[in-house]
Amino acid sequence: MQDRGPPAAFVDRVVRMSSGRATLELQGVTKRFGNSSSSLLVLDRISFGISDGEFVCLLGQSGCGKTTLLRIIAGLTDFEGLVSIDGTPIQGPGVDRSMVFQDYGLLPWRTVLGNIEFALEVRGFPKQERRAIAHEQIAKLGLSGFESHYPHQISGGMQQRVGLARALTKDPKILLMDEPFAAVDMQTREYLQDELLDIWRRIGTTVLFVTHSIEEAVYLSDRVLVMASGPGQVRADVPVDLPRPRSAAVTKSSIPYVELIRYLRLQLGGDSERGRPSGAPGSSRKGVV
Amino acid sequence: MKTSSVKANARRVGSLLLTLAIWEWYGRGVDPLFFSYPTAILRAVPQMISVGELPEAFASSMQVLAVGWAISVVAGVALGLIMGRYPTANYLLDSQISALYAAPRVSLIPLIILWFGLGLRAKIVVVFLSAFFPVVINARAGVRNLPRSLIEIGLAESASEWQVFRKIVIPASFPYIMAGIRISVGRAVIGMIVAEMFTAITGLGGRIVLYSNRFATDRMLVVVVMLALLGVLLSQAVTLIEARAMPWRLTERARQ
Repeated sequence: MQDRGPPAAFVDRVVRMSSGRATLELQGVTKRFGNSSSSLLVLDRISFGISDGEFVCLLGQSGCGKTTLLRIIAGLTDFEGLVSIDGTPIQGPGVDRSMVFQDYGLLPWRTVLGNIEFALEVRGFPKQERRAIAHEQIAKLGLSGFESHYPHQISGGMQQRVGLARALTKDPKILLMDEPFAAVDMQTREYLQDELLDIWRRIGTTVLFVTHSIEEAVYLSDRVLVMASGPGQVRADVPVDLPRPRSAAVTKSSIPYVELIRYLRLQLGGDSERGRPSGAPGSSRKGVV
Repeated sequence: MKTSSVKANARRVGSLLLTLAIWEWYGRGVDPLFFSYPTAILRAVPQMISVGELPEAFASSMQVLAVGWAISVVAGVALGLIMGRYPTANYLLDSQISALYAAPRVSLIPLIILWFGLGLRAKIVVVFLSAFFPVVINARAGVRNLPRSLIEIGLAESASEWQVFRKIVIPASFPYIMAGIRISVGRAVIGMIVAEMFTAITGLGGRIVLYSNRFATDRMLVVVVMLALLGVLLSQAVTLIEARAMPWRLTERARQ
Protein backbone atom coordinates (compact mmCIF):
# COMPACT_ATOMS: atom_id res chain seq x y z
CA MET A 1 0.00 0.00 0.00
CA GLN A 2 1.26 3.39 -0.89
CA ASP A 3 1.15 5.93 1.88
CA ARG A 4 1.78 9.57 1.34
CA GLY A 5 3.54 9.59 4.73
CA PRO A 6 3.16 12.06 7.53
CA PRO A 7 3.82 15.70 6.76
CA ALA A 8 7.35 16.61 7.65
CA ALA A 9 6.09 19.43 9.81
CA PHE A 10 5.62 17.43 12.95
CA VAL A 11 8.18 14.94 14.04
CA ASP A 12 8.34 15.56 17.71
CA ARG A 13 5.63 13.45 19.29
CA VAL A 14 5.14 12.07 22.76
CA VAL A 15 5.99 8.40 23.14
CA ARG A 16 2.91 6.25 22.73
CA MET A 17 1.83 3.73 25.31
CA SER A 18 -0.60 1.70 23.28
CA SER A 19 -0.39 0.02 19.90
CA GLY A 20 -4.02 0.80 19.13
CA ARG A 21 -3.51 2.73 15.94
CA ALA A 22 -3.58 2.13 12.23
CA THR A 23 -3.14 3.79 8.90
CA LEU A 24 -6.21 4.75 6.96
CA GLU A 25 -6.26 5.04 3.19
CA LEU A 26 -9.04 6.31 0.95
CA GLN A 27 -8.91 5.83 -2.81
CA GLY A 28 -11.46 7.35 -5.13
CA VAL A 29 -14.25 7.28 -2.57
CA THR A 30 -17.45 8.35 -4.29
CA LYS A 31 -20.97 8.55 -2.92
CA ARG A 32 -24.24 9.11 -4.69
CA PHE A 33 -27.62 9.52 -3.07
CA GLY A 34 -30.70 8.31 -4.90
CA ASN A 35 -31.16 5.78 -7.69
CA SER A 36 -29.24 5.47 -10.92
CA SER A 37 -31.64 7.56 -13.00
CA SER A 38 -31.61 10.60 -10.74
CA SER A 39 -28.76 10.65 -8.32
CA LEU A 40 -26.98 13.36 -6.43
CA LEU A 41 -23.21 13.18 -6.35
CA VAL A 42 -22.25 13.90 -2.74
CA LEU A 43 -18.63 12.83 -2.65
CA ASP A 44 -16.48 12.85 -5.76
CA ARG A 45 -13.40 10.60 -5.90
CA ILE A 46 -11.91 11.45 -2.55
CA SER A 47 -8.43 10.12 -1.86
CA PHE A 48 -6.18 10.71 1.11
CA GLY A 49 -4.18 8.81 3.65
CA ILE A 50 -3.74 9.13 7.38
CA SER A 51 -0.70 7.61 9.00
CA ASP A 52 -0.93 5.75 12.25
CA GLY A 53 -1.34 7.81 15.36
CA GLU A 54 -2.10 10.92 13.39
CA PHE A 55 -4.82 13.36 14.46
CA VAL A 56 -6.56 14.67 11.35
CA CYS A 57 -9.46 17.08 11.15
CA LEU A 58 -11.90 17.09 8.30
CA LEU A 59 -12.99 20.71 8.01
CA GLY A 60 -15.91 21.90 5.95
CA GLN A 61 -19.15 23.79 5.95
CA SER A 62 -22.39 21.99 6.64
CA GLY A 63 -23.59 20.02 3.66
CA CYS A 64 -20.16 19.38 2.18
CA GLY A 65 -20.39 15.67 2.84
CA LYS A 66 -17.87 15.42 5.66
CA THR A 67 -20.24 13.48 7.89
CA THR A 68 -21.12 11.17 5.00
CA LEU A 69 -17.43 10.54 4.49
CA LEU A 70 -17.02 9.66 8.15
CA ARG A 71 -20.01 7.32 8.01
CA ILE A 72 -18.45 5.60 5.01
CA ILE A 73 -15.26 4.99 6.95
CA ALA A 74 -17.31 3.77 9.93
CA GLY A 75 -18.92 1.24 7.60
CA LEU A 76 -22.40 2.64 8.09
CA THR A 77 -23.16 3.36 4.47
CA ASP A 78 -22.25 1.93 1.07
CA PHE A 79 -19.97 3.73 -1.40
CA GLU A 80 -17.83 3.37 -4.48
CA GLY A 81 -14.07 3.28 -4.20
CA LEU A 82 -11.77 1.84 -1.62
CA VAL A 83 -11.24 2.44 2.10
CA SER A 84 -8.51 0.40 3.71
CA ILE A 85 -7.11 0.12 7.19
CA ASP A 86 -3.53 -1.08 7.48
CA GLY A 87 -3.87 -2.13 3.86
CA THR A 88 -7.02 -4.21 4.31
CA PRO A 89 -10.18 -2.94 2.60
CA ILE A 90 -13.06 -2.44 5.04
CA GLN A 91 -16.21 -4.52 4.84
CA GLY A 92 -18.82 -2.68 6.87
CA PRO A 93 -18.30 -1.72 10.51
CA GLY A 94 -15.46 -3.26 12.47
CA VAL A 95 -13.99 -3.47 15.93
CA ASP A 96 -10.92 -1.59 14.73
CA ARG A 97 -12.98 1.61 14.45
CA SER A 98 -15.04 3.48 17.03
CA MET A 99 -17.51 6.19 16.23
CA VAL A 100 -18.35 9.14 18.44
CA PHE A 101 -21.61 10.72 17.32
CA GLN A 102 -22.58 14.37 17.28
CA ASP A 103 -25.75 13.70 19.28
CA TYR A 104 -23.69 11.57 21.70
CA GLY A 105 -25.15 8.28 20.44
CA LEU A 106 -26.45 7.11 23.80
CA LEU A 107 -29.28 4.68 24.45
CA PRO A 108 -31.74 6.59 26.67
CA TRP A 109 -32.92 3.48 28.52
CA ARG A 110 -29.42 2.54 29.60
CA THR A 111 -27.52 4.11 32.45
CA VAL A 112 -24.10 5.65 32.00
CA LEU A 113 -22.52 2.32 32.92
CA GLY A 114 -24.87 0.41 30.62
CA ASN A 115 -24.07 2.69 27.72
CA ILE A 116 -20.33 2.41 28.21
CA GLU A 117 -20.58 -1.38 28.45
CA PHE A 118 -22.66 -1.62 25.28
CA ALA A 119 -19.81 -2.03 22.81
CA LEU A 120 -18.24 -4.83 24.85
CA GLU A 121 -21.59 -6.44 25.55
CA VAL A 122 -22.28 -6.70 21.83
CA ARG A 123 -18.91 -8.33 21.37
CA GLY A 124 -19.75 -10.94 23.98
CA PHE A 125 -17.38 -9.92 26.78
CA PRO A 126 -18.26 -11.59 30.08
CA LYS A 127 -20.03 -9.29 32.48
CA GLN A 128 -17.21 -8.95 34.99
CA GLU A 129 -14.63 -8.16 32.39
CA ARG A 130 -16.66 -5.54 30.60
CA ARG A 131 -17.62 -3.96 33.89
CA ALA A 132 -13.98 -3.66 34.85
CA ILE A 133 -13.10 -2.03 31.52
CA ALA A 134 -16.09 0.30 31.76
CA HIS A 135 -15.11 1.38 35.26
CA GLU A 136 -11.62 2.11 34.05
CA GLN A 137 -13.01 4.46 31.38
CA ILE A 138 -15.44 5.99 33.87
CA ALA A 139 -12.55 6.90 36.13
CA LYS A 140 -10.47 8.20 33.22
CA LEU A 141 -13.20 10.47 31.94
CA GLY A 142 -14.29 11.81 35.31
CA LEU A 143 -17.66 10.10 35.29
CA SER A 144 -17.30 8.47 38.70
CA GLY A 145 -20.46 8.80 40.74
CA PHE A 146 -22.66 9.03 37.66
CA GLU A 147 -22.65 5.31 36.76
CA SER A 148 -26.33 4.81 37.44
CA HIS A 149 -27.56 8.09 35.94
CA TYR A 150 -29.57 8.04 32.76
CA PRO A 151 -28.31 10.15 29.83
CA HIS A 152 -31.01 12.81 30.18
CA GLN A 153 -30.00 13.35 33.81
CA ILE A 154 -26.52 14.58 32.93
CA SER A 155 -25.24 17.55 30.93
CA GLY A 156 -24.36 17.48 27.25
CA GLY A 157 -20.67 17.59 28.05
CA MET A 158 -21.05 14.60 30.36
CA GLN A 159 -23.08 12.74 27.76
CA GLN A 160 -20.36 13.20 25.19
CA ARG A 161 -17.84 11.92 27.70
CA VAL A 162 -19.98 8.80 28.01
CA GLY A 163 -19.99 8.50 24.21
CA LEU A 164 -16.21 8.83 24.17
CA ALA A 165 -15.83 6.35 27.02
CA ARG A 166 -17.87 3.77 25.14
CA ALA A 167 -15.81 4.35 21.99
CA LEU A 168 -12.60 3.83 23.96
CA THR A 169 -13.65 0.56 25.65
CA LYS A 170 -13.00 -1.20 22.34
CA ASP A 171 -9.42 0.07 22.29
CA PRO A 172 -9.98 1.13 18.68
CA LYS A 173 -7.22 1.65 16.17
CA ILE A 174 -9.10 4.51 14.59
CA LEU A 175 -11.36 6.92 16.41
CA LEU A 176 -13.96 8.57 14.18
CA MET A 177 -15.53 11.67 15.66
CA ASP A 178 -18.46 13.43 14.04
CA GLU A 179 -18.58 17.03 15.33
CA PRO A 180 -18.60 15.61 18.83
CA PHE A 181 -18.44 18.95 20.61
CA ALA A 182 -20.76 20.93 18.35
CA ALA A 183 -23.74 20.71 20.68
CA VAL A 184 -22.08 21.73 23.94
CA ASP A 185 -21.41 25.24 25.19
CA MET A 186 -18.15 27.03 24.49
CA GLN A 187 -16.52 26.49 27.87
CA THR A 188 -17.37 22.80 28.02
CA ARG A 189 -16.18 22.50 24.48
CA GLU A 190 -12.73 23.87 25.26
CA TYR A 191 -12.51 21.66 28.29
CA LEU A 192 -13.48 18.57 26.28
CA GLN A 193 -10.96 19.45 23.58
CA ASP A 194 -8.15 19.48 26.13
CA GLU A 195 -9.42 16.26 27.60
CA LEU A 196 -9.50 14.61 24.20
CA LEU A 197 -5.94 15.77 23.44
CA ASP A 198 -4.84 14.39 26.78
CA ILE A 199 -6.44 11.00 26.13
CA TRP A 200 -5.06 10.88 22.63
CA ARG A 201 -1.57 11.70 23.91
CA ARG A 202 -1.80 8.71 26.23
CA ILE A 203 -3.33 6.11 23.89
CA GLY A 204 -2.05 7.36 20.55
CA THR A 205 -5.01 6.23 18.49
CA THR A 206 -5.42 7.46 14.94
CA VAL A 207 -8.16 10.11 15.00
CA LEU A 208 -10.31 11.46 12.20
CA PHE A 209 -12.30 14.37 13.58
CA VAL A 210 -15.04 16.11 11.63
CA THR A 211 -15.72 19.74 12.46
CA HIS A 212 -16.92 22.97 10.90
CA SER A 213 -14.93 25.08 13.32
CA ILE A 214 -11.59 26.31 11.99
CA GLU A 215 -10.34 27.06 15.50
CA GLU A 216 -11.17 23.58 16.69
CA ALA A 217 -9.49 21.97 13.69
CA VAL A 218 -6.26 23.93 14.15
CA TYR A 219 -6.14 23.50 17.90
CA LEU A 220 -6.61 19.74 17.83
CA SER A 221 -5.00 18.33 14.74
CA ASP A 222 -1.74 17.45 13.08
CA ARG A 223 -3.30 18.03 9.72
CA VAL A 224 -6.44 19.65 8.39
CA LEU A 225 -8.23 18.39 5.30
CA VAL A 226 -10.41 21.16 3.92
CA MET A 227 -13.52 19.94 2.16
CA ALA A 228 -15.43 21.77 -0.54
CA SER A 229 -19.02 21.01 -1.37
CA GLY A 230 -21.11 20.35 -4.45
CA PRO A 231 -19.84 17.62 -4.88
CA GLY A 232 -17.68 17.03 -1.83
CA GLN A 233 -13.98 17.03 -2.52
CA VAL A 234 -10.83 17.61 -0.53
CA ARG A 235 -9.72 21.09 -1.50
CA ALA A 236 -6.62 21.43 0.62
CA ASP A 237 -4.38 19.37 2.87
CA VAL A 238 -2.83 21.66 5.46
CA PRO A 239 -0.23 20.50 8.01
CA VAL A 240 -0.55 22.03 11.46
CA ASP A 241 2.94 22.33 12.89
CA LEU A 242 2.07 23.73 16.27
CA PRO A 243 4.06 22.25 19.15
CA ARG A 244 2.46 19.72 21.50
CA PRO A 245 1.26 19.45 24.17
CA ARG A 246 -1.01 22.33 23.35
CA SER A 247 -2.94 24.51 25.72
CA ALA A 248 -5.54 27.14 25.03
CA ALA A 249 -3.56 29.85 26.81
CA VAL A 250 -0.31 29.30 24.92
CA THR A 251 -1.33 27.79 21.61
CA LYS A 252 -4.22 30.08 20.81
CA SER A 253 -2.18 33.21 21.27
CA SER A 254 0.76 32.04 19.17
CA ILE A 255 1.36 33.65 15.82
CA PRO A 256 1.46 30.38 13.81
CA TYR A 257 -1.97 29.51 15.22
CA VAL A 258 -3.45 32.79 14.15
CA GLU A 259 -1.84 32.54 10.74
CA LEU A 260 -3.12 29.00 10.22
CA ILE A 261 -6.62 30.11 11.03
CA ARG A 262 -6.34 32.97 8.60
CA TYR A 263 -5.00 30.66 5.92
CA LEU A 264 -7.71 28.06 6.47
CA ARG A 265 -10.37 30.71 6.36
CA LEU A 266 -9.13 31.62 2.91
CA GLN A 267 -9.09 27.97 1.90
CA LEU A 268 -12.58 27.40 3.15
CA GLY A 269 -13.76 30.43 1.18
CA GLY A 270 -17.18 31.98 1.14
CA ASP A 271 -17.17 32.32 4.90
CA SER A 272 -19.41 35.33 4.60
CA GLU A 273 -20.55 35.25 8.22
CA ARG A 274 -17.22 36.45 9.44
CA GLY A 275 -16.50 38.69 6.47
CA ARG A 276 -13.96 37.40 4.03
CA PRO A 277 -10.43 38.61 4.66
CA SER A 278 -8.87 40.62 1.87
CA GLY A 279 -7.24 38.52 -0.78
CA ALA A 280 -9.67 35.64 -0.58
CA PRO A 281 -9.38 33.51 -3.69
CA GLY A 282 -12.25 34.20 -6.05
CA SER A 283 -15.83 34.17 -4.97
CA SER A 284 -16.73 30.63 -5.87
CA ARG A 285 -17.49 28.32 -2.98
CA LYS A 286 -17.27 25.43 -5.33
CA GLY A 287 -13.66 25.97 -6.29
CA VAL A 288 -11.55 22.86 -6.58
CA VAL A 289 -7.94 22.24 -5.78
CA MET B 1 -46.70 22.12 43.92
CA LYS B 2 -47.97 19.70 46.54
CA THR B 3 -50.78 21.94 47.75
CA SER B 4 -51.97 22.55 44.19
CA SER B 5 -52.17 18.80 43.54
CA VAL B 6 -54.20 18.37 46.73
CA LYS B 7 -56.46 21.15 45.51
CA ALA B 8 -56.83 19.53 42.10
CA ASN B 9 -57.70 16.22 43.72
CA ALA B 10 -60.29 17.87 45.93
CA ARG B 11 -61.92 19.39 42.86
CA ARG B 12 -61.95 16.04 41.15
CA VAL B 13 -63.63 14.30 44.08
CA GLY B 14 -66.08 17.20 44.37
CA SER B 15 -67.04 16.91 40.72
CA LEU B 16 -67.52 13.15 41.08
CA LEU B 17 -69.73 13.59 44.16
CA LEU B 18 -71.81 16.19 42.36
CA THR B 19 -72.36 13.82 39.42
CA LEU B 20 -73.42 11.04 41.82
CA ALA B 21 -75.76 13.43 43.63
CA ILE B 22 -77.48 14.47 40.40
CA TRP B 23 -77.78 10.81 39.40
CA GLU B 24 -79.27 9.97 42.81
CA TRP B 25 -81.74 12.84 42.65
CA TYR B 26 -82.81 12.07 39.08
CA GLY B 27 -82.82 8.27 39.56
CA ARG B 28 -85.14 8.41 42.54
CA GLY B 29 -87.78 10.08 40.37
CA VAL B 30 -87.74 7.36 37.68
CA ASP B 31 -89.62 4.05 37.72
CA PRO B 32 -87.11 1.45 39.08
CA LEU B 33 -87.93 -0.78 36.12
CA PHE B 34 -86.21 1.66 33.81
CA PHE B 35 -83.41 3.20 35.84
CA SER B 36 -81.73 3.07 39.20
CA TYR B 37 -79.65 5.31 41.43
CA PRO B 38 -76.33 5.00 43.28
CA THR B 39 -77.60 4.07 46.76
CA ALA B 40 -79.98 1.44 45.34
CA ILE B 41 -77.15 -0.01 43.26
CA LEU B 42 -74.93 -0.12 46.32
CA ARG B 43 -77.69 -1.88 48.29
CA ALA B 44 -78.00 -4.56 45.59
CA VAL B 45 -74.34 -5.56 45.89
CA PRO B 46 -74.39 -7.56 49.19
CA GLN B 47 -77.41 -9.58 48.07
CA MET B 48 -75.76 -10.46 44.79
CA ILE B 49 -72.56 -11.49 46.54
CA SER B 50 -74.30 -13.55 49.22
CA VAL B 51 -76.15 -15.74 46.73
CA GLY B 52 -72.86 -16.19 44.93
CA GLU B 53 -74.06 -15.13 41.50
CA LEU B 54 -71.74 -12.16 41.24
CA PRO B 55 -68.46 -13.87 42.25
CA GLU B 56 -69.26 -16.77 39.97
CA ALA B 57 -69.95 -14.54 36.98
CA PHE B 58 -66.87 -12.50 37.74
CA ALA B 59 -64.60 -15.54 37.86
CA SER B 60 -66.00 -16.87 34.62
CA SER B 61 -65.48 -13.52 32.88
CA MET B 62 -61.95 -13.08 34.19
CA GLN B 63 -60.96 -16.42 32.76
CA VAL B 64 -62.11 -15.37 29.29
CA LEU B 65 -60.51 -11.96 29.63
CA ALA B 66 -57.15 -13.13 30.95
CA VAL B 67 -56.58 -15.84 28.35
CA GLY B 68 -57.82 -13.80 25.39
CA TRP B 69 -55.96 -10.68 26.40
CA ALA B 70 -52.71 -12.50 27.15
CA ILE B 71 -52.72 -14.17 23.75
CA SER B 72 -53.45 -10.87 22.00
CA VAL B 73 -50.60 -9.10 23.81
CA VAL B 74 -48.00 -11.78 23.16
CA ALA B 75 -49.00 -12.35 19.52
CA GLY B 76 -49.60 -8.66 18.89
CA VAL B 77 -46.24 -7.48 20.22
CA ALA B 78 -44.37 -10.18 18.32
CA LEU B 79 -46.14 -9.54 15.03
CA GLY B 80 -45.97 -5.75 15.41
CA LEU B 81 -42.22 -5.80 16.05
CA ILE B 82 -41.62 -8.09 13.09
CA MET B 83 -43.81 -6.04 10.76
CA GLY B 84 -42.15 -2.82 11.92
CA ARG B 85 -38.62 -4.08 11.45
CA TYR B 86 -38.97 -6.16 8.27
CA PRO B 87 -40.58 -4.38 5.30
CA THR B 88 -41.25 -7.71 3.58
CA ALA B 89 -43.36 -8.95 6.47
CA ASN B 90 -45.22 -5.68 6.55
CA TYR B 91 -45.72 -5.74 2.79
CA LEU B 92 -47.17 -9.24 2.95
CA LEU B 93 -49.44 -8.78 5.97
CA ASP B 94 -50.42 -5.12 6.00
CA SER B 95 -53.58 -5.55 3.87
CA GLN B 96 -54.87 -8.45 5.94
CA ILE B 97 -54.30 -6.60 9.21
CA SER B 98 -55.90 -3.42 7.92
CA ALA B 99 -58.92 -5.29 6.53
CA LEU B 100 -59.52 -7.19 9.76
CA TYR B 101 -59.00 -4.04 11.79
CA ALA B 102 -61.45 -2.06 9.67
CA ALA B 103 -64.18 -4.74 9.75
CA PRO B 104 -66.49 -4.51 12.78
CA ARG B 105 -65.34 -7.51 14.77
CA VAL B 106 -68.89 -8.14 16.01
CA SER B 107 -69.85 -9.09 12.46
CA LEU B 108 -67.47 -12.03 12.70
CA ILE B 109 -69.24 -13.54 15.70
CA PRO B 110 -71.56 -15.82 13.68
CA LEU B 111 -68.50 -17.18 11.89
CA ILE B 112 -66.64 -17.62 15.17
CA ILE B 113 -69.60 -19.54 16.58
CA LEU B 114 -69.62 -21.82 13.52
CA TRP B 115 -65.94 -22.55 13.99
CA PHE B 116 -65.50 -22.60 17.74
CA GLY B 117 -69.00 -23.24 19.11
CA LEU B 118 -70.59 -21.26 21.91
CA GLY B 119 -68.20 -22.08 24.73
CA LEU B 120 -65.00 -20.74 26.22
CA ARG B 121 -62.95 -21.07 23.05
CA ALA B 122 -65.28 -18.87 21.01
CA LYS B 123 -65.24 -16.20 23.73
CA ILE B 124 -61.46 -16.22 23.90
CA VAL B 125 -61.31 -15.74 20.14
CA VAL B 126 -63.65 -12.74 20.37
CA VAL B 127 -61.55 -11.14 23.13
CA PHE B 128 -58.40 -11.83 21.14
CA LEU B 129 -59.81 -10.18 18.01
CA SER B 130 -60.88 -7.14 20.00
CA ALA B 131 -57.60 -6.57 21.79
CA PHE B 132 -55.09 -7.74 19.20
CA PHE B 133 -55.06 -4.85 16.72
CA PRO B 134 -54.13 -1.91 18.94
CA VAL B 135 -51.17 -3.96 20.16
CA VAL B 136 -49.94 -4.85 16.66
CA ILE B 137 -50.42 -1.38 15.27
CA ASN B 138 -48.72 0.37 18.17
CA ALA B 139 -45.77 -2.01 18.30
CA ARG B 140 -45.27 -1.56 14.58
CA ALA B 141 -45.49 2.23 14.88
CA GLY B 142 -42.93 2.11 17.69
CA VAL B 143 -40.40 0.30 15.54
CA ARG B 144 -41.07 2.53 12.57
CA ASN B 145 -40.68 5.76 14.51
CA LEU B 146 -37.42 4.64 15.96
CA PRO B 147 -34.71 7.12 15.00
CA ARG B 148 -32.19 5.67 12.59
CA SER B 149 -29.42 7.03 14.80
CA LEU B 150 -30.32 4.57 17.58
CA ILE B 151 -29.98 1.63 15.21
CA GLU B 152 -26.66 2.99 14.03
CA ILE B 153 -25.25 2.90 17.54
CA GLY B 154 -25.64 -0.87 17.25
CA LEU B 155 -24.46 -1.11 13.66
CA ALA B 156 -21.33 0.92 14.42
CA GLU B 157 -20.47 -1.72 17.03
CA SER B 158 -20.99 -4.50 14.45
CA ALA B 159 -23.99 -5.81 16.38
CA SER B 160 -25.82 -8.70 14.74
CA GLU B 161 -29.39 -8.24 13.55
CA TRP B 162 -30.64 -10.20 16.55
CA GLN B 163 -28.62 -8.01 18.93
CA VAL B 164 -29.96 -4.85 17.28
CA PHE B 165 -33.47 -6.25 17.58
CA ARG B 166 -33.15 -7.29 21.20
CA LYS B 167 -30.95 -4.53 22.60
CA ILE B 168 -32.20 -1.55 20.59
CA VAL B 169 -35.44 -2.13 18.67
CA ILE B 170 -37.41 -3.70 21.54
CA PRO B 171 -36.42 -1.30 24.34
CA ALA B 172 -36.73 1.71 22.04
CA SER B 173 -40.28 0.74 21.02
CA PHE B 174 -41.29 -0.07 24.58
CA PRO B 175 -43.25 3.15 25.19
CA TYR B 176 -45.33 2.49 22.08
CA ILE B 177 -45.82 -1.16 22.97
CA MET B 178 -47.11 -0.23 26.41
CA ALA B 179 -49.45 2.40 24.94
CA GLY B 180 -50.89 -0.31 22.67
CA ILE B 181 -51.33 -2.66 25.60
CA ARG B 182 -53.07 0.05 27.59
CA ILE B 183 -55.56 0.64 24.76
CA SER B 184 -56.05 -3.08 24.33
CA VAL B 185 -57.24 -3.56 27.93
CA GLY B 186 -60.40 -1.61 27.26
CA ARG B 187 -60.94 -3.40 23.96
CA ALA B 188 -60.51 -6.75 25.68
CA VAL B 189 -63.20 -5.90 28.25
CA ILE B 190 -65.57 -4.87 25.44
CA GLY B 191 -64.80 -8.11 23.59
CA MET B 192 -65.47 -10.11 26.72
CA ILE B 193 -68.91 -8.56 27.28
CA VAL B 194 -69.86 -8.85 23.61
CA ALA B 195 -68.80 -12.50 23.60
CA GLU B 196 -70.80 -13.24 26.73
CA MET B 197 -73.89 -11.63 25.27
CA PHE B 198 -73.72 -13.18 21.81
CA THR B 199 -72.34 -16.67 22.40
CA ALA B 200 -73.39 -18.83 25.35
CA ILE B 201 -74.75 -16.35 27.86
CA THR B 202 -72.35 -16.46 30.82
CA GLY B 203 -70.24 -14.28 33.04
CA LEU B 204 -70.77 -10.58 33.65
CA GLY B 205 -72.09 -9.98 30.12
CA GLY B 206 -74.56 -12.80 30.67
CA ARG B 207 -75.66 -11.23 33.96
CA ILE B 208 -76.41 -7.94 32.20
CA VAL B 209 -78.66 -9.75 29.73
CA LEU B 210 -80.33 -11.72 32.49
CA TYR B 211 -81.00 -8.78 34.84
CA SER B 212 -82.29 -6.56 32.10
CA ASN B 213 -84.68 -9.29 30.94
CA ARG B 214 -85.97 -9.46 34.51
CA PHE B 215 -86.13 -5.65 34.74
CA ALA B 216 -83.72 -5.83 37.69
CA THR B 217 -82.20 -2.57 36.54
CA ASP B 218 -80.33 -1.92 39.80
CA ARG B 219 -78.53 -5.28 39.56
CA MET B 220 -77.76 -4.74 35.91
CA LEU B 221 -76.18 -1.40 36.75
CA VAL B 222 -74.10 -3.07 39.48
CA VAL B 223 -72.44 -5.09 36.73
CA VAL B 224 -71.98 -2.02 34.54
CA VAL B 225 -70.31 -0.12 37.38
CA MET B 226 -68.10 -3.14 38.05
CA LEU B 227 -67.02 -3.20 34.43
CA ALA B 228 -66.18 0.49 34.53
CA LEU B 229 -64.07 -0.05 37.64
CA LEU B 230 -62.41 -3.08 36.07
CA GLY B 231 -61.44 -1.10 33.00
CA VAL B 232 -59.99 1.74 35.05
CA LEU B 233 -58.09 -0.62 37.37
CA LEU B 234 -56.56 -2.66 34.57
CA SER B 235 -55.52 0.44 32.69
CA GLN B 236 -53.94 1.83 35.87
CA ALA B 237 -52.13 -1.44 36.41
CA VAL B 238 -50.63 -1.23 32.93
CA THR B 239 -49.53 2.35 33.59
CA LEU B 240 -47.90 1.21 36.82
CA ILE B 241 -46.03 -1.59 35.08
CA GLU B 242 -44.99 0.89 32.40
CA ALA B 243 -43.48 3.22 34.98
CA ARG B 244 -41.64 0.42 36.75
CA ALA B 245 -40.26 -1.01 33.54
CA MET B 246 -39.09 2.36 32.25
CA PRO B 247 -37.48 4.31 35.09
CA TRP B 248 -35.58 6.39 32.54
CA ARG B 249 -38.85 7.60 31.10
CA LEU B 250 -40.32 8.50 34.43
CA THR B 251 -37.47 10.79 35.43
CA GLU B 252 -37.35 12.17 31.90
CA ARG B 253 -40.96 13.25 32.21
CA ALA B 254 -40.49 14.60 35.71
CA ARG B 255 -37.75 16.88 34.45
CA GLN B 256 -39.85 18.41 31.71
